[in-house]
Amino acid sequence: MTTLATTSQPSSATIPSEPGWQWRPALEAVLIPVGAVMAALVLFGLFCAAQGANPLSVFAAIKRAAFGSWYALQNTLVRAAPLMLTALCTALPARLGLVVIGNEGALVAGGLGAVAAGLAVPTAPPALAIAIMTLAGMACGGLWISIVGLMHYKRGVNETISSLLMNYIAIAILNHLVNGPMRDPSSLNKPSSYPIAEANLLPRLGESEVHYGLIFGVIACLLAWILMEHSTFGFKARMIGGNIRAARMAGLPVARLGLTTCFLAGSAAGLAGMVEVAAVHGRANESLAAGYGYAGILVAFVARHRGLPIILVATALGGILASGGILQRQFKLPDASILVFQGLVFLTVLYSDSLYGKFKFFKEPSV
Amino acid sequence: MTSESMGWWGVLLGVSAGAVRGGTPFLLVSLGECLTEKSGKINLGLEGTLLMGAMSAYAFSYKTGSPWIGVIAAGIAGALMGAVHAFLVTRPKVNDIAAGIAMLIFGSGLAFFLGKPYIQPSAPQLSPISLGGWSDTAQIQAALKISPIFFLGAGIAFAMNWFFRSTRAGMHVRAVGDSPAAARALGISVERTRILSIVAGSALAGVGGAHLSLFYPGAWTEAISSGQGLMAVALVIFSRWNPVHCLYASLVFGGAQAVGPALQAVGVSTGYYLWNASPYILTLLVMVATCSPKRTLVGAPGALGASS
Repeated sequence: MTTLATTSQPSSATIPSEPGWQWRPALEAVLIPVGAVMAALVLFGLFCAAQGANPLSVFAAIKRAAFGSWYALQNTLVRAAPLMLTALCTALPARLGLVVIGNEGALVAGGLGAVAAGLAVPTAPPALAIAIMTLAGMACGGLWISIVGLMHYKRGVNETISSLLMNYIAIAILNHLVNGPMRDPSSLNKPSSYPIAEANLLPRLGESEVHYGLIFGVIACLLAWILMEHSTFGFKARMIGGNIRAARMAGLPVARLGLTTCFLAGSAAGLAGMVEVAAVHGRANESLAAGYGYAGILVAFVARHRGLPIILVATALGGILASGGILQRQFKLPDASILVFQGLVFLTVLYSDSLYGKFKFFKEPSV
Repeated sequence: MTSESMGWWGVLLGVSAGAVRGGTPFLLVSLGECLTEKSGKINLGLEGTLLMGAMSAYAFSYKTGSPWIGVIAAGIAGALMGAVHAFLVTRPKVNDIAAGIAMLIFGSGLAFFLGKPYIQPSAPQLSPISLGGWSDTAQIQAALKISPIFFLGAGIAFAMNWFFRSTRAGMHVRAVGDSPAAARALGISVERTRILSIVAGSALAGVGGAHLSLFYPGAWTEAISSGQGLMAVALVIFSRWNPVHCLYASLVFGGAQAVGPALQAVGVSTGYYLWNASPYILTLLVMVATCSPKRTLVGAPGALGASS
């Protein structure tokens, strides 16, 4: 985590001689990720050219399909909402030095919890029903990742592997429930749960197609930003991420902070599941595990695990996901091109991690 | 004799046949991961490598008519994927777990992209090695038609065990994985050893993909792998970084996958979908039972998960 200097830190108060805002490191923190994404664009352009499609017109088509019209923008934002929430599932624990990739599982757990709650209160007034579904989704997702945290802190089980395995377990439970106990007999082709009452679905914003999930996502990212960058909790969490032994020595309750962070991380992804169920599908089925969890990992890493950039990166990726159809129709490129592009962005951004501190230009001249 | 009349023997037969058939991709990816991790780096992206292997094997078998050329192509495709991962993780400050996730996304995307034209046509398959000639029962004969890739993998498991124990190169890999600083002091190139281990390990995972597309299930589709590559890391922990134990663990996992379908064949369909989760639950339970926050696992390479 090399860009600590860009955020105003409580620690700066203890060093009186430290200058205020340093523009060179701040520029480095912006230019290196942007450069990495540019490099990925160039590589993807070469890839498209090799497949016989003009890269410039492909990029123009992506831009049009993602942000070119009011309709396109709405489509993008609907996809960005769950990405913001699932990204937090990786981003929050990452500040403590944990690599949690159980986003997909927590999303599914949250979606199932929300459906179960929604089906349990079919006649409740809409506002109450939505509140109950939201809390149930967040609780289920939070508990799901808390299991990962518990196994890590109590038994030393690697959190990356366990959270990955938990994804498969969550999807198996989803399949079991929608094919068995929760199955609506009228859903023949795609086994699904009973639908949530129409009146209790998450409303849309004004006249648009965009639902309240976007507000949830933006608020969650802002809260995560304040919590991790501007609160004592976040300072302690970052201290653990920086040097866990020093943090233990300083008497920080490492396991308790870690478990709290895991719960918050999981509840963000659980909320994404609730949004997908209560605003998009209206019921639980296999569409819940549509890959927003895995894409959320990418968003978190590209945004360097910080709340504010997650909003931007999730919106950009939402736009790219929204443009999958047009690439297929207009350029005869398979829909997997979007996956290739995501992979390239991820690879170049990771490579750029090794570039921090390599350019003299970004060093503040020593006094 | 039909499988219904075989009753519970049918279940047992189904599970053991599934252990070998479904365990083969597990075997190859876990051996690849074992070699990679012995050198001190993790490759979480073997799922992408497995898919690239499956796609390349199918495409080359279809174009050339020879499934074995497909197997070789799968190995080469795997090695190329490994080279990208190796380049990334030997850079300073690059997290190998994150690089694995990136390779997973990139590899599966590339495999689906390049494999699109090969979803329809049918490619020549690997012919099985039949060990069931002694039996008159069709089910037993079918169960004992074994993939040549399984024998290849089993042979590699024992060879790799010997490689780690008794060869100079094997000792270099272990030294680099346990203590890069000490290895460097001995004049071993840490970077070169890691790159070679990762490339060779990924080639094995690619060959595992050839089993998927050229033997069982024996077709190229985007849903061909059910996460076998992702399980590699867990399998290696399960088998304590021992290649021969990887063989046993793969059979257990292949068998666990086959329990649900085998029970369904005799009319027990309760919890069919939950049985699909059994390998993952099994791994979690084993990790919870054997890990400890106070010490690292017995057999774990010392530098595994350390940044450098």
